[in-house]
Amino acid sequence: MTAAVETGQTTTIHGDRVSLLRVLGPAHVWALGVGIVLVGEFTGWNFSADKGGALAALIVCWVVGLLYTSVAMIDSEVTSTVAAAGGQYAQAKHIVGPLMAFNVALFLVFAYTMLEVSDAILLGDTIVAKAGVEGLTHNSFIAATIVVLAWLNYRGVLMTLNVNFVITAIAYVSIVILFFSVSPWTQGAVLKLNELVTPANALPYGWIGVIAAFQFGIWYYLGIEGTTQAAEEVRSPARSLPYGTMAGMITLLIAAAMTWYVCASLMPWEYLGITYYPLWDAGKLTGSPLLENLLFIATLLAALASANGCINDAARAWFSLGRDRYLPSWFSAVHPKYRTPYRSILFLLPIALAFAFIADLNQAITFSILSGVLQYTFMSINIMMFRKKWPLGSIRRGYTHPFHPLPAIVLFCLCMVTFFAIFLGFGSQLIAMTVFYFLISLWFHFYRYKFVRRGDQFSMPWPKPQGY
Amino acid sequence: MARYTPPEQSKAGQVLDIAVVVVAIFVALWLPLKLGFAGAAKSIDALDAKTWDALGQNATMASIWEKLGYTPETAHDIIQNRFHYIIDWPTLIIMAIVLIAYFVFLFRASDKEYREVINEKFDDK
Repeated sequence: MTAAVETGQTTTIHGDRVSLLRVLGPAHVWALGVGIVLVGEFTGWNFSADKGGALAALIVCWVVGLLYTSVAMIDSEVTSTVAAAGGQYAQAKHIVGPLMAFNVALFLVFAYTMLEVSDAILLGDTIVAKAGVEGLTHNSFIAATIVVLAWLNYRGVLMTLNVNFVITAIAYVSIVILFFSVSPWTQGAVLKLNELVTPANALPYGWIGVIAAFQFGIWYYLGIEGTTQAAEEVRSPARSLPYGTMAGMITLLIAAAMTWYVCASLMPWEYLGITYYPLWDAGKLTGSPLLENLLFIATLLAALASANGCINDAARAWFSLGRDRYLPSWFSAVHPKYRTPYRSILFLLPIALAFAFIADLNQAITFSILSGVLQYTFMSINIMMFRKKWPLGSIRRGYTHPFHPLPAIVLFCLCMVTFFAIFLGFGSQLIAMTVFYFLISLWFHFYRYKFVRRGDQFSMPWPKPQGY
Repeated sequence: MARYTPPEQSKAGQVLDIAVVVVAIFVALWLPLKLGFAGAAKSIDALDAKTWDALGQNATMASIWEKLGYTPETAHDIIQNRFHYIIDWPTLIIMAIVLIAYFVFLFRASDKEYREVINEKFDDK
């Protein structure tokens, strides 16, 4: 076993100080954020139509878009100031305390690992559906996806995110091509929104269905906050992180609106709500083989980009836990040649594989959403504490978000609505997961924390927080 | 404030801690699946007459279902498979209590740890 000793932002291996490489620019930040999220347009968001009808899916697209705009604004301010690997984990460590940081890192690891699992399942199912060969199962495709992407992440972050940039861009362009190919300015020729979404079926469950739809509405944008995980590998965090995150959010809002409009105009809501491939189906329903094949390939690329980004982010959150000794410091090793958190990547690999084989797509998505919403609840409180402990002007911020505290209040309220939405479908699971976080927190607070170096947890060159 | 020196953890201790976390992850994520907790109440409201009209599908909808390879008979279980949203108040209250208790503990215990961090960090200067 290599002796790994953590020393602030570096890890020492065989006497050499090794740190993560600062090689990324705003385009990589955009690719990381959008790459993780864009798969949500290709599957997942449409389950909100199942929960509340086609109009409910549109309403949550906008309202959850507001939730994520708040997330992006808050995140950009805090991360452009706290630029360290782990993103929200590093934020929690400096603003709330070690136990919160430990929990936030677990939220991140669970959210991203389960998102990676969902991506791999989608990819496997899409290939099996396209092949149409009896007896062919998705298992080998799932395993190959997870293993190959883990290897790519093991080999280096720059190559990983360059790949993500290219495949994300292709997947995104495919949505734009589909949108303009169906003459979106004309109804009746290809698109038939008026005949498919009628006053009688727009909200089949009424407003309770709209609230229930929040659960999967999250999937339109889940993971955009992952841009902050690269904070320690970005050349200019104060500029690149807000720029890449906000550009990513705008990109996704446009993609989500186009996706809803095309899909709701091409298929009945009952089918839209249950299909695993809404955009690929939309391509088929246009009658164009070119569009059908383009959307098939784009679905695969979006799933690959997302899984790739998720491995990147989950491994960095786990790595940060090891470096701060919140978990055994063995996880804090950086590869001497590739400069990646390779042990964390390898450790999370079998966990992702195991869940890919025991959970179905719906369940894996819900696991991911649950951890995501717990994290957003933390973020809404975290920004209030950040502004209180270090008011504007007391420290240098890379970006200051406007209208504070309105985004934090909006975010908190929408998180409460989403908890209720999850309760309507997965209440027992939410309780089980919260109990898990509670128990693991007790384990950390009363046992594991004794291994943590107190003063080292605060590494930013800031003055003492107000009130302490 | 005296600087806190944490104990060095043995390799066996590290392995044990990793095992605890892995087991906890699997129990939290896998057990609800195994116990069948996941999934909302959804059931099929069966119809006797399986026609597009009875299923509430207009001519445009029916043509799309047929393009997707469905007949009224095969589409029946998809169209009539509906959620039945019922608010189970005891479960909702338990969920709210668990969530609030969790966050209260999280912020209070974190604050206690944070004060140690701040004291050590800034008293050293």
